[in-house]
Amino acid sequence: MNPGDPLPRVLYIDLEKKRSWVEERKDLFEKYLGGAGVAIHLLEEECPKGVDPLDPQNPIVFAVGPLVGLFPYASKTVAMFKSPLTGNLGESHAGGRSATSIRLAGYGAIVIRGGSERPVYVAIHGDKVFFRDASALWGMRSAYAVGRVIREREPGAGVRAIIRIGRAGEKLVRYACAITETYRHFGRLGLGAVFGCKKLKAIVVSGKRSLPVSNPKKYREVYDEIFELGVRSELMKKYHDLGTAANVLPLNEMKALPTRNLSSSSFEKAEALSGEELARNFLGRRVACTHCPTGCIHLAALREPYPDEPYFYKTVMITYDYEPIYALGTMLGMEDARGFLKLMDIVEDIGLDAMSTGVVLAWVTEALQRGLITLEDTAGIELRWGDYESYIKAVEAIVSQPNHFFEALAKGVDYASSHYGGEEFALAFGGNEMPGYHTGPACYIGYLTGARHSHLDSAGYSFDEKTKEFSPEEAGRALAREESWRQILSSLVVCFFARGVYRPALVSKALNAAGFELSEEELQKLGVEILRKKHAFKRREGYDPAKLRIPKRITEVEAPHGVITEEFVRKGVEAYFEELGLDV
Amino acid sequence: MAKRVLIVDSERCVGCQLCMYACARRWGEGGIAKSMIYIRSLGGIERGFAVIICRACEDPPCARVCPVDAISRREGGGVSIDPHKCIGCGLCIETCPFGAIIWDEESSKARVCNYCGYCVRYCPHGVLRFVEVEEVVT
Repeated sequence: MNPGDPLPRVLYIDLEKKRSWVEERKDLFEKYLGGAGVAIHLLEEECPKGVDPLDPQNPIVFAVGPLVGLFPYASKTVAMFKSPLTGNLGESHAGGRSATSIRLAGYGAIVIRGGSERPVYVAIHGDKVFFRDASALWGMRSAYAVGRVIREREPGAGVRAIIRIGRAGEKLVRYACAITETYRHFGRLGLGAVFGCKKLKAIVVSGKRSLPVSNPKKYREVYDEIFELGVRSELMKKYHDLGTAANVLPLNEMKALPTRNLSSSSFEKAEALSGEELARNFLGRRVACTHCPTGCIHLAALREPYPDEPYFYKTVMITYDYEPIYALGTMLGMEDARGFLKLMDIVEDIGLDAMSTGVVLAWVTEALQRGLITLEDTAGIELRWGDYESYIKAVEAIVSQPNHFFEALAKGVDYASSHYGGEEFALAFGGNEMPGYHTGPACYIGYLTGARHSHLDSAGYSFDEKTKEFSPEEAGRALAREESWRQILSSLVVCFFARGVYRPALVSKALNAAGFELSEEELQKLGVEILRKKHAFKRREGYDPAKLRIPKRITEVEAPHGVITEEFVRKGVEAYFEELGLDV
Repeated sequence: MAKRVLIVDSERCVGCQLCMYACARRWGEGGIAKSMIYIRSLGGIERGFAVIICRACEDPPCARVCPVDAISRREGGGVSIDPHKCIGCGLCIETCPFGAIIWDEESSKARVCNYCGYCVRYCPHGVLRFVEVEEVVT
């Protein structure tokens, strides 16, 4: 690490005592770089064993890495906490301005301890930390509006992040998200509910300091290499052009697009929800996370008339990406983009994870069709494929929780199906609602084994797509290796979309400019160590790979490689852990 | 001939701030403390971005208000600030209607673009161009 680099400074915030202090943690940053590597150690230190995830003693850790503020694409913040959804590791990544703001405020990590008696938001401006009363913001209908209010009230426009929760987080929905810069999210595993249980409405962080580099000339050379690869090669083109929504048509074509609660793996109306259609009819603006030349954030401009007055319109900007299109679109049989966008808008405004919400609603729709639940359970809401108005009502009810059924839905599809039945089509893996890929057995091995139960942990979908024939052992081993390498990227907090740019040799060079000497081999080893550490935490908190539930549905619907069998998937899970030297 | 950075179309800006990091890097640093170009949203990123940089005025008001003559005019338009003379009073910052003079918190002095055009090279979206001052006037 370069002398004078503020990276090892960890800001501790105690919400109960309204106190903050800084500790130098060179021990952690020198060894584990930052991001996921440092956060898992801080989480282990801070999180009492077996704590209820919705007890304020559950800590929140935010961590960034050495390349932030120096190189393009080092733009993510890693959040860690104990997940209220899965009961073990909660880890969620977001971009926006969060990473640069934390780093340039002078910190490598922020640890939030305890809970506040009254709603509070914390404003961190460089060295100064303020505890601001947020009781007036608590219960506000719109998370957009909360962002707007704080934006007007706090300094640092352009160099700040405003990480906030909506009503879903306040009401402790276990898949509530935390929103940053309006359109980016710590989406998965329920960080929003952990904010909520601490009565923490938002965190504002701003900073614009300088960072030392050891050799300015060399620094500029490595910078240019990364910049050129990102801007002039084809590596980032997909994200730049149509964005992740470009996935809709190819996945549909190969019969890997989960549709109507995965009763089908292709959707006859996929065209209407494709990235191409959305761009043609709705794309209003593209924006970028700080220090990302690609700008994959696609905002749809939805122009809507007010029903009560002629020639009176509003235009709202709504972000879209592949995963929300899958979860709130194809999974719910949404036949046109307008309906999807309206549903997306309310999910954003209320502060839910779009992916979990879509999977939960898809399960409810099927359970209702099959008579496992009744209209009494759904408080009279008739959920039907494609009927966005009924889904909007159901989203409201997940948050307001008018009866036991919606209280159960607020705990996730695993919990709801364990009470009401229909587990065979309740699409959660390791307790987390599934992502939008039915590409073959490897993606499911990945959802079950990944430390976050995310498709991005080990990219099983990519292994399925690129590998013609494979054994469960080959898949499990490959996923363990991929996930290990990704620990390095998420410790540097490089966006996974730039994984083609940040190959091991270039990572080593970039780290050099930040004052770290690590060979490719050392990096690979470190990745394995960090992943094993995460699994140790998961197991400490009750994750047991031998007891993983595999919903029968995934074996009933054709995938690109043919029918998926449970036996294949379980063998793959074993191989994954064997590769990491862990038991099943 | 005097050159300057022209904002071709701020609506093309995606808010990536690569220009800010470029400016600081030009001075041999990471971060953005030394950046003399500044990007912020117009009240929410969905509304687009303000791109703030010295436009190299022919008759710069900042130079007129400096009480210690730290700001000298450049032939053809624009100014330069002598950090040894600058006393950090902030009058120039208040006077510039664009907010294009930047307060450097680390040195407690005013700084302004020196018209090198380095940031333009790193704008991936065609927001900025490096041009002759004359070209803009006519």
